[in-house]
Amino acid sequence: MSPGRRRLRALFVATFAVLLTLVLTSPTFADAFDDALANFFTNSYADTEVGVTALAAAGDFRAAPVLKALQDGKLAVDPSSRRVLIEDGVAWRDAASGAAMSPAPADLKRVRLNNRLRRAVDAALGALTLRAPDPARRLEAAQAVFKSRDAGALAAVDAALAQETDARVKAALADARAAILITSAEAPEAARIEAVAVLRERGDQSALALLGSLPPGTPAILQRAADSAASAIRGRLQVWEAVQNAWYGLSLGSVLLLAAIGLAITFGVMGVINMAHGEMVMLGAYTTFVVQEAIRQKAIVLSLPGTDIGVILPLPAALTLDWSLPIAVPLAFVVTGLVGILIERSVIRFLYGRPLETLLATWGISLILQQAVRTGFGPTNKEVSNPSWMSGAFEIGQLAITWNRLWILCFSLATFALLLTMLRWTRLGLEMRAVTQNRSMAAAVGIRTARIDALTFGLGSGIAGIAGVALSQIDNVSPNLGQSYIIDSFMVVVFGGVGNLWGTLVGAFTLGIANKFLEPFAGAVLGKIAILVLIILFIQRRPRGLFALKGRAVEA
Amino acid sequence: MTPRVLDPGTIAFLIILAVAAIGVPLLNLATQDSSALHVPTYLMALFGKYVCFALLALSIDLIWGFCGILSLGHGAFFALGGYAMGMYLMRQIGGRGVYGNPLLPDFMVFLNWKELPLAWWGLSSFPYAVLMVLLVPGLLALVFGWFAFRSRVTGVHFSIITQAMTFALLLAFFRNDFGFGGNNGLTDFKDILGFNVQADTTRAALFAISCVALALGYVVCRVLVSSKFGMVLIAIRDAESRARFLGYRVESYKLAVFTISACMAGVAGALYVPQVGIINPGEFSPANSIEAVIWVAVGGRGTLVGAVAGAILVNYAKTTFTSGPLAPYWLFLLGGLFVGVTLWLPRGIFGTIAHWRAFRRSRLAEADASDASASAKPLAAE
Amino acid sequence: MELRTTPTLLYLDAVSVSFDGFKALNGLSLTIAPGEMRAIIGPNGAGKTTMMDVITGKTRPDEGEVVFDGSHDLTTLDEASIAVLGIGRKFQKPTVFDSHTVEDNLRLALAGDRRARTAVAWRESAAARERIGAILDTVRLKGARQKLAGSLSHGQKQWLEIGMLLAQDPKLLLVDEPVAGMTDAETHQTAELLRTINAEKTVVVVEHDMTFVRALGVKVTVLHEGRVLAEGSIDQVSENERVVEVYLGR
Repeated sequence: MSPGRRRLRALFVATFAVLLTLVLTSPTFADAFDDALANFFTNSYADTEVGVTALAAAGDFRAAPVLKALQDGKLAVDPSSRRVLIEDGVAWRDAASGAAMSPAPADLKRVRLNNRLRRAVDAALGALTLRAPDPARRLEAAQAVFKSRDAGALAAVDAALAQETDARVKAALADARAAILITSAEAPEAARIEAVAVLRERGDQSALALLGSLPPGTPAILQRAADSAASAIRGRLQVWEAVQNAWYGLSLGSVLLLAAIGLAITFGVMGVINMAHGEMVMLGAYTTFVVQEAIRQKAIVLSLPGTDIGVILPLPAALTLDWSLPIAVPLAFVVTGLVGILIERSVIRFLYGRPLETLLATWGISLILQQAVRTGFGPTNKEVSNPSWMSGAFEIGQLAITWNRLWILCFSLATFALLLTMLRWTRLGLEMRAVTQNRSMAAAVGIRTARIDALTFGLGSGIAGIAGVALSQIDNVSPNLGQSYIIDSFMVVVFGGVGNLWGTLVGAFTLGIANKFLEPFAGAVLGKIAILVLIILFIQRRPRGLFALKGRAVEA
Repeated sequence: MTPRVLDPGTIAFLIILAVAAIGVPLLNLATQDSSALHVPTYLMALFGKYVCFALLALSIDLIWGFCGILSLGHGAFFALGGYAMGMYLMRQIGGRGVYGNPLLPDFMVFLNWKELPLAWWGLSSFPYAVLMVLLVPGLLALVFGWFAFRSRVTGVHFSIITQAMTFALLLAFFRNDFGFGGNNGLTDFKDILGFNVQADTTRAALFAISCVALALGYVVCRVLVSSKFGMVLIAIRDAESRARFLGYRVESYKLAVFTISACMAGVAGALYVPQVGIINPGEFSPANSIEAVIWVAVGGRGTLVGAVAGAILVNYAKTTFTSGPLAPYWLFLLGGLFVGVTLWLPRGIFGTIAHWRAFRRSRLAEADASDASASAKPLAAE
Repeated sequence: MELRTTPTLLYLDAVSVSFDGFKALNGLSLTIAPGEMRAIIGPNGAGKTTMMDVITGKTRPDEGEVVFDGSHDLTTLDEASIAVLGIGRKFQKPTVFDSHTVEDNLRLALAGDRRARTAVAWRESAAARERIGAILDTVRLKGARQKLAGSLSHGQKQWLEIGMLLAQDPKLLLVDEPVAGMTDAETHQTAELLRTINAEKTVVVVEHDMTFVRALGVKVTVLHEGRVLAEGSIDQVSENERVVEVYLGR
């Protein structure tokens, strides 16, 4: 007989047996329950265990409270009236009828438990919940059995499996059954091999652990099947791990992209070394905080510091924290954009063509901005909460994805696309490109270059502010927020190739993914150091970055 | 013609330094506490710190002021020199540590280490430690510079990668398993060459030695910049490609001056550590390096005395501010200094003075020339 | 690659350079004989400056041969080595060392030891001082000897740069647009100066100014789209139909 047919026949027999059991037991529920209870009167562990198993098998709705009481040591028998009683606070109830017994019978005997019995009770309870009406509870129970892989629960699992309609619970039950079978030496070989297949299908770490911990004396054929399944799982897990790393890398890359994208404009396109770029990000994050604070207070409070002159504008009650980000994004763009324009007009415009001086002056600005925020908001972290639509996570296979990371990834790409579109298709974008390529020619055709400089810098700063809104969702909002991004941002822009937005995109994701793939080998800190060293070496090999512009124009 | 090494300014500077090197320790050791002339030990230690910072500023000025290389990672060389000295001082503690281990410093015992890491070998010997103070920063600068200058990484790109370099070192030194005391760094020093580091006499000696080191550093810089080497450095700063097309191997000059400068910064760090009594990874922070750059900018890059004066001036202001009620506003002032100096005083204090004098000299020379040979006046002149 | 020995001082054969798909030089071939003065003209983007970059080692050609003085393969050398071999280059925009005096500019350019490790102990010889004086005479900057180069006028800077080239004592001078931004009188004097220099050295002049090229009165090479379009005397090339077409457009 072929293995396939053998399996089919086994399945058929098993199904038939289960059906038969159901048919036979159904009409005798009540009797079975009472018979089971009868076992508790002998005061012998062995009989109690029989009773427990019988209760579980009886499938009566009254069985679970009895077992629960037994587990908690609240079950007693009254030999005189041959009733089984459950302690309920100060009163006692009859286990069969549920009627309160008052006063309590005089010679109650508590049903004793030993460790073996306790396990039996646990398993019996587990088996009972396997048939609970709520699918979530059934799933939980099935997963509990999978973990405990208690051989005593096998019958209950089989029974539950036959009745189960919910696909997820069914799969969990099958897993639980396989876990029991594979570790029990008594189970038939065919069933155990089948169990290996089920576990192989499951394919996660716990399946791997089960396959690796077969009891001694396992037949060689089974061992071989388990080994091959284990290596298959390992292979699949490696793929998942790589996918997981790639996801983390994408996520980190999106953060780097957000941090660097504004810099790609100010440094990459304009050639201005803005060391205060990180502080623009920080200001964006604080804008988010202010917006959320206003929503929490349900009012905008505007007042002159040190006086009692001011106005309080109430906000509609419908405005919840879920709206905080849609409000904060444009607001942060405007706030940081204006700060950027102010910086450009007051400092940077006097320093064009002197990059090292620009670097120092903007560093000074970054110190001032940091201290200003520290003075205004205090040096501690500010609480910025995730809107509900950004909280939580979902799973794809073995991959857990949090909503906030996914949103940030989408957001960074959207920002990038928006910026690219803006530079390519709008009048302002056209004039910006004209000014950066040939300033005097642009001026000659009537472009007001000074205005364009200010707007370009404002745009870069504004985008940094938007990035700050997103980063406030995953990082601590403190005056030092910007400092932690500035070096990374410069690395991304320089690595990607100065003056090339696509280079920034590729650079950010390359660095993000490389970092996350290095981390498992080197650890987080060493991974970061390794990345820095690699970038330093890379820049020295290709000083103009990944996507360098070549030719005379850039070799000034 | 190249200027003399010992011009009047240099001689004046060396005299002031000599007076300080002898006077301050004397006023500390030989006067009563109650005397009006007494220099308290804490003040001497503070001055000693300034002198070390001045040496660091000098090293930055040598490359930035004369060769146009802006390093935002010079704090790393300073810290490496400091760590080399700190490791020597740690080894001197010997069995007197909290755990009483004769070989391993306390933090290693605490981390349950059994053997001394390789990097710590030999550092119980002072000459070896001094060698390391020069060698480690010098070697790092040599390797880093070789890669960077050979690939013609210049300008802000160079500045940014030096910043990344010191940032990477900062992360590394924060780690316990890197073997240099992690977060806490190295501290609780007992003695140096057998003398108690806390004793007034030792502190006086350290102050005097720092002054001597600054003087030596100054003279080394003078020798370099007043030779043809210095002329080439300035040529590279002004027009790098012109220097290259004249046949100068620009990268060799840059590498040489960068390495010398790193060694100077290392010496500054090594003298700094016994005087402040601690070295920790914070010294690698990029903010420290860039702050040192502003000292030079304030004093005047390209003028050696300016770098020294700038370091002392800014640090004096910092001490005054951060110890008073205005402490929270120090960063405003420092930030304002960065902005103000670059906008309104791009040559720095001494640079402005020197420029003004050079301008006058140039005008006088022109007047002389036109008087002497009116007929030979260049035709192209307008 | 086997280097062939040629009687020419500078030999370019089938040199191509491209930047991001744009062919700056496209199979350029050119020979310059020792002692010759050659003017190179061509519209913008013809590849004149790129050609200079290739000769001086700033840009590596994608393909082709560049041989100097019969035996030196310039495609394998860097700028400094090529300069030491005896090729001097004047940039389009005058580039001098602004914070050095005129004299010091020449001093730095003077042929001699260029190594960093000997530069600290370097001392000037009497012969060198004399030579500096002579060059100052040639480029008419005697009166500005102690002036900072940064304070010179545009024309003076051009001359100082030519003086530095002379101090370098090269076999070949590459001069990129020497009269750009000069007055007529200065242009005239520059032409004269170049002719004087040509008495001893080979000179290649890249220029836009046709009056100036005519004043030089030497063989002219016209470049267009990275290759040689025409060669001959100024009258010959200005009658060449294709040259006219290129310059005036179709």
